[in-house]
Amino acid sequence: MEWQTFLRYLGVMAGVTYLIRAVPFVLSRGKITNPFWKSFFDYIPYAVLGAMTFPAILYSTDGVLSAVAGMMAAMILAYWKKGLLTVAAGACIVDFLIQLFV
Amino acid sequence: MQEIRQGMKDGIPIALGYLSVSFTFGLMAVSVGMKWWQAALISMLNLTSAGQFAGLEIMVTGGTLVEMALSELVINIRYALMSLSLSQKTDQSFHTVHRWAVGAGITDEIFAVAMNRKTDISRHYMYGLIMLPYFGWLAGTLAGALLGDVLPEMISSSMGIAIYGMFIAIIFPKAREDKKIFMVILIAVILSCGFRWLPAVNRLSSGFVIIICAVAAAVIGAFWDLVCEKKESERIN
Repeated sequence: MEWQTFLRYLGVMAGVTYLIRAVPFVLSRGKITNPFWKSFFDYIPYAVLGAMTFPAILYSTDGVLSAVAGMMAAMILAYWKKGLLTVAAGACIVDFLIQLFV
Repeated sequence: MQEIRQGMKDGIPIALGYLSVSFTFGLMAVSVGMKWWQAALISMLNLTSAGQFAGLEIMVTGGTLVEMALSELVINIRYALMSLSLSQKTDQSFHTVHRWAVGAGITDEIFAVAMNRKTDISRHYMYGLIMLPYFGWLAGTLAGALLGDVLPEMISSSMGIAIYGMFIAIIFPKAREDKKIFMVILIAVILSCGFRWLPAVNRLSSGFVIIICAVAAAVIGAFWDLVCEKKESERIN
């Protein structure tokens, strides 16, 4: 690919991605007081992460079976309130072991 | 200073998680014909997983710039929701110029960790929080692009689950404590599974699906709160 072509793609890609993040962050000032929208924005982070994780996690590695095992490991560790890194590493290790032995 | 340090500390697990995901990106970029420095530039200027993988595909297949813009818009529009949500939690230290700067670093994980903080967030905390994940994202991309072939396939495959493990670590403890958050997550998950597995709707892009599911679930939760509040006030009156 010619570097001019690459730069055009890169510019559009990075520009759109940046503006989507920055513009709402810059423009939205002042706390929301409307109870409905306040609740809405309290829920959004968890709803987004939930929708992103399931069912995508099942297809995140080479095998669905090992991914299910990794997912269960993550759920158990998270239920015990382990930290981000412990949970992520636990999921990877269990997934790897299942791929190795099954 | 204290705030920056706390931010950096909270950013370590994100940075480690990013290493694995960006490693996969670097690996893939080179394998489809990009140069290592191109992969690095993409990572430095975008800092987004799904968007970068989609953008790479469009570059390689020679898609149009309009297609590129639309794909990034759809996949990343969830960041607009996060930015709005996050700006509800910022303190007075966030002047306009810092908003433009910090805005570049709002990712799913950084957003989630910042929202998890009990107090309002300062710009120093956000700079600290973004710093290590940013370098982790770049370092992982470089490593994947330069020495991807060295790693056994099974290990790099297992690393794909890391990012979702982090998401689970964020939502599960909350869901356990708060019945309403649990219900909202459950609704979002059921919808998202439906979009994935039901015929006809499973052709929608994943960016759209996430927005539809999250907005629907959060609206239901917010309505539920309104109804509960009304009942509560009627009972008191």
